Amino acid sequence: MSLVNSMPEMVLTTKADQLLNWTRKSSVWWMLFGLACCAIEMMQTQGPRADVDRFGTAPRAAPRQSDLMIVAGTLTMKMALRTKILYEQMPEPRYVISMGSCANCGGLFQLAYSVCDGVDKVIPVDVYIPGCPPRPEALTEGILKLQEKMMNEKWLVRSSAQVEAA
Amino acid sequence: MGLAGFEVEVEREGTQGLETEEMTLNMGPQHPSTHGVLRFVVKADGEVMRQAIPDIGYLHRSIEKISEKVGYHGFMPYTDRVDYVAAMFCNQGWGMACEKLANIEVPKRGEYCRVIASELNRIASHLLSVGTMILDIGATTPFFHAIREREKINDLLEELCGARLTYNYMRIGGVAWDLPPGFVERSIDFLDNFELAAREFEDLITYNKIYVERLIDVCPISAEKAINYNLTGPNLRASGVSYDVRRDDPYSIYRELDFQVPVGKGELGTVGDCFDRYIVRIREMNESVKILRQCFAQIPPGPVIAKVPRKFKPPAGDVFIRVESARGDMGWYVVSDGSEFPYRVKIRTGSFAAMSIIDAISSGIMLADLVAVIASLDIVAPEVDR
Amino acid sequence: METAAIHQRLSQSFGSGIGESRLEVKDPWIFVEPPLIADVARFVHDDPDLAFDSLSNLSALDYKAENHIQLVYHLFSYRHRHWLILKVNADRDNPVVPSVESIWKAANWHEREAYDLLGVSFTGHPDLRRILLPEDWIGHPLRKDYVEPVEYHGISTRRESLLR
Repeated sequence: MSLVNSMPEMVLTTKADQLLNWTRKSSVWWMLFGLACCAIEMMQTQGPRADVDRFGTAPRAAPRQSDLMIVAGTLTMKMALRTKILYEQMPEPRYVISMGSCANCGGLFQLAYSVCDGVDKVIPVDVYIPGCPPRPEALTEGILKLQEKMMNEKWLVRSSAQVEAA
Repeated sequence: MGLAGFEVEVEREGTQGLETEEMTLNMGPQHPSTHGVLRFVVKADGEVMRQAIPDIGYLHRSIEKISEKVGYHGFMPYTDRVDYVAAMFCNQGWGMACEKLANIEVPKRGEYCRVIASELNRIASHLLSVGTMILDIGATTPFFHAIREREKINDLLEELCGARLTYNYMRIGGVAWDLPPGFVERSIDFLDNFELAAREFEDLITYNKIYVERLIDVCPISAEKAINYNLTGPNLRASGVSYDVRRDDPYSIYRELDFQVPVGKGELGTVGDCFDRYIVRIREMNESVKILRQCFAQIPPGPVIAKVPRKFKPPAGDVFIRVESARGDMGWYVVSDGSEFPYRVKIRTGSFAAMSIIDAISSGIMLADLVAVIASLDIVAPEVDR
Repeated sequence: METAAIHQRLSQSFGSGIGESRLEVKDPWIFVEPPLIADVARFVHDDPDLAFDSLSNLSALDYKAENHIQLVYHLFSYRHRHWLILKVNADRDNPVVPSVESIWKAANWHEREAYDLLGVSFTGHPDLRRILLPEDWIGHPLRKDYVEPVEYHGISTRRESLLR
């Protein structure tokens, strides 16, 4: 019997949830998925000035070892099919940040014939970061927002949706 | 071929009754190398490759077709995305093509601003390309030195035009804004510090034994082959051909500037190997510093942009101009039919040719050398796919 | 060497296959009949006074009104440092042109791109297939009468909020 979503909401279980979430958010390992210009700003965010490593993140090469996929850049139709495959290879719990205008909605390439207008046509997105390209500070704020979202997730405690269903 | 000093056995049949078989592997389009979405289908026999077939088009954003919808003025931001690492050159190329079509002359100060922005961008682009090459080879520390210097150039260019990466600084007829007050002093400060940082960088990695051993004698490209495949820019100069559009077919104010053109001489290995391509870029950065100092000393006062009508309708005709970009000379072929939308824009980039030569030079090297070759040819995906 | 002199040389060798030249424009060019382009290319590459050893650019453009697809070859010589521009008009309904890949390897990918985006077939090309678009894409986008597809593999190509 799984412990997930099975406990009533008490101080003990919510604190246990918070502990789990705190460990998870402090170690978000993201997959290198830089497609276009935003990838250069992603590299600059890893650089010495806007160091994103201090929040516990680390870049990983393979989807199987990562929690987060930062889609940085324009998604073409040719790449969209591969993006779905890569997303499905990531183990759960997995998150997606859509970085930049092109990944959010197609950006300035909405007039193009071969561009997929937004990565949320293919995979579910948690945080959208606007910008063309977004500054390193903007990407850092996006990652912090994702960490906030992670802190509010319920794992042990039965979520309200489960309660209504039961 | 392969690591210098080691014998690579390609034929290993019958060794103690073992048979080898050729494998087809897939590298990309998502991979830890930082050059963008490129895919290679690699046929390998153990560690040794027989062929690496490139598969491109994962970043084809149909920029050429979009030009027919947005008009001449509106196309300038799209040119940044053709090569985002060295975006100023693309801006300049588009500006120059439109000016040639319509016989517009850019004022002197505008030309100097263009060259200042371009040469700063050249240093930034070479830093990134050399830094990621070193990261791909395996050395992590020099990458952060390169990124640190690049941040300072990003600050300067942000002062100039408001953006860190995709600048949209130039316009048809000149540049959008003049140099802000204090820019010249801050830039000269940066150049003084950069010369020290470049020397530190060189001490750290350039003649490091492991790094040199990874690069010398790997895929040397002869001059005839380079010309036949239309390699341009630092790749061509590393193969021994001394040709630079800035010196041999000068545009803008390059006639008035004094600079050397570094050429690969095979000082540690063969002419045209990966190390030559690396060292040519390092030396070009130093030349760009010299060019910048001359520009700051000589820049005249005056307007920075010529009068260009809002509805820009150049006379019908076609032009072909070239700009010496960081990745090779970028050719812009623009056809106009007299209306305010271009009829056809074709962009011929340096990375397109560099990507096409990989299939021909990649047999007999190891998989790790393939990474070094791709990095040394300085390929970025948007230039290949547009 | 100036384009006028090159035009004379080519007319001597190829006669009626060389069309008129436009010399008064900014970038003068010479028209060549489509079946002869490979021979002309071999000639200008091998001749020691011309020595055009590099194909700088190969573009294709669609002239729907005049019913032809024009190919533009920009040739450069590193030895003599001179330029030559050749233009070929291929029939729009069935554009077939001999390939110059055996002379300049740079043409390999440029011709594949012209095939991919405009539908021009090159005879003698070793590997003519799509290069920038996916293999199962329908149509040639840079033609003037191209209609964008509504969806690709189930992904809609329109962003509902955008006016087109």
